[in-house]
Amino acid sequence: MEVALSALVALFFGAAVYLLLSKHIIRMLLGMVFLGNAVNLLIFTTGRVASVAPPVIPEGATVPPDAVANPLPQALILTAIVISFSFFAFLLVLAYRAYQDIGTDDTDKMRLAEPEERGLPPLGY
Amino acid sequence: MATPAPSAAVDAMLSTPVPAADMLIVMPLVLSFLFGSVLLMVRKRVEWHGWISVPGFALVFAADVALLFKVATGGPFTMMMGSWRAPFGIAFTLDLMGALFLATAGFVALAAAIFAVVSVDRQEKRYGFFPFLFLMMGGVSGAFVTGDIFNLYVWFEVLLIGSFGLLVLGSRHAQLDGTTKYAFLNLVGTTLFLIAVAYLYGVFGTLNMADIARQAADRTENGAVATIAMLFLVAFAMKAAAFPLNAWLPASYHTPRFVVSALFAGLLTKVGVYALIRVLVMLFPAQHAGMAGIVAWIAGLTMMTGALGALAQTDIRRLLNYVVIAGIGTVFAGLAIPQAVGAAPGALASGLSGAIFYALHSIVVMTALYLAAGVIARRTGASTLETVGGLWRESPLLSALCLVFLLAVSGLPPFSGFWPKVMLVRAAFAAELPWLAAAILVSGLILTIASARVFAFAFWRPLPQAGGTDTEKSGDFNASVPEHPAPLLPLVALAAFVLAAGVWPEWLSRLTTAAADGVVNPTAYIQSVFGGGA
Repeated sequence: MEVALSALVALFFGAAVYLLLSKHIIRMLLGMVFLGNAVNLLIFTTGRVASVAPPVIPEGATVPPDAVANPLPQALILTAIVISFSFFAFLLVLAYRAYQDIGTDDTDKMRLAEPEERGLPPLGY
Repeated sequence: MATPAPSAAVDAMLSTPVPAADMLIVMPLVLSFLFGSVLLMVRKRVEWHGWISVPGFALVFAADVALLFKVATGGPFTMMMGSWRAPFGIAFTLDLMGALFLATAGFVALAAAIFAVVSVDRQEKRYGFFPFLFLMMGGVSGAFVTGDIFNLYVWFEVLLIGSFGLLVLGSRHAQLDGTTKYAFLNLVGTTLFLIAVAYLYGVFGTLNMADIARQAADRTENGAVATIAMLFLVAFAMKAAAFPLNAWLPASYHTPRFVVSALFAGLLTKVGVYALIRVLVMLFPAQHAGMAGIVAWIAGLTMMTGALGALAQTDIRRLLNYVVIAGIGTVFAGLAIPQAVGAAPGALASGLSGAIFYALHSIVVMTALYLAAGVIARRTGASTLETVGGLWRESPLLSALCLVFLLAVSGLPPFSGFWPKVMLVRAAFAAELPWLAAAILVSGLILTIASARVFAFAFWRPLPQAGGTDTEKSGDFNASVPEHPAPLLPLVALAAFVLAAGVWPEWLSRLTTAAADGVVNPTAYIQSVFGGGA
């Protein structure tokens, strides 16, 4: 199970890196989605996958009676999902707004903050 | 199972509340988020924002100073959320290094808030300038006090979302451009951090930093741990804008309002540096010793990139962007000293002490320089060296303050940049890395040239005949906000620190030395989490 999941994680990372290397923001956005999900799967896999009981402690006991699944990766993934989702929403709006205002989604052409024709500083006065 | 009866320890854990005195450690966070939410509620009462924010940041700073005092006198201390027993609960652990960063961050945040009250216009306050500022400060403070590595990731994201808001507020075209690059690259950086955390959890089965530090001592020859340490180095170097992962910083830091640039330059990269020191030196000392050569190269190249980049810039803020990078390289030089595990604390501790000192100095002086650039732009209507001038005659106080900051950032005595560089150069020689010492000194020389040029153009020469052509940068400062003397107040406070740390460096270097010792030998840190028996 872990091997299959690892292969899937590798596939996700590969797709994410490929898309992030693009100069078009829309592809980079999709790359971020892949990257976020790759990490979520990775956390899930590193928490060990096994078919055991859910981590619920019966009433009156303080420890679970049998081996249970590891609940911590799920809590971590939940946090990571919320964060990556909210960041994706922000990036989506930002990219759309930048496209509207600047008129391009090609990062090579987005040179407003660092204009190319700027010469060297004055040498004397 | 054999143990059906709840043990006394579990009972005690369930019934004991967290001592009230320990709650002090979360006060900077609680206050930041409390004031941020109150400000959201009174969003439309823009005239109240200043009166709420400045006392809010003053309270946060007071809590930071109280924590620093507590840690400096009593050593590191820990609060476990909900009295869970280590290593299961979420730990908030503050040691001297964290407390020093925390107090300095609180100081510059207060200075920037005072500056912002008079320099940010109504519209941007209405759109939530101060709530974003409090949110970001909450994230920064959280990163300094947490003792749990996943929690550290969460605080990174909190400060990142606050910084996105501040960076894009105003929505000018250059800002949208800068924010796009900043957002993507920083998000990739924090995702790399999360990947490293995931592997770390897979190998160690714990996320508590003290627990990891305890276990890492047994895994010195483990290839997986070396991979994890390298991933952390890449992730935090990206956050800190170290070469070759520095491209996002000069692309974005000069686009928002000056006060936002100031806080970013002062704080955000230093959070990356703090996390790198914490993780690489404290958690993985054996792997750090193996990677020190790489860190030394990163440090040297970052210093040179920053210094030469600064020399090539015309716009004052874009020049300062590169000065930030040079400062990061200087801090990295303190981390570049190899030391075998178990060896007596020597060159590494003294280099680390210099690095922490330099990072604190850099927080204050970079914030001050960007704020000063804001005042210059306000006075002259421009921030490029071609069009500013004549400020020496117009404002002697501003000129004197800028001279202090420019000399400090170049590392000249008697200001705060000098002593940490002395410590770093000595540590580099002690570790037999003379080329690294030379890189520190050469980058200091180049920065002196760049700073001298700023001073000569902006202050000494008379104001050039204005052709009225400099409309390019007119969006960077708010012409609608009336001229006000108050922006000089935070600059005077920051200059007082620069001067105090430069003329009397003893008190600060004693603290940073103790802080570095606490990181190199984290026994006290681990004991504060696990109790005396660990």
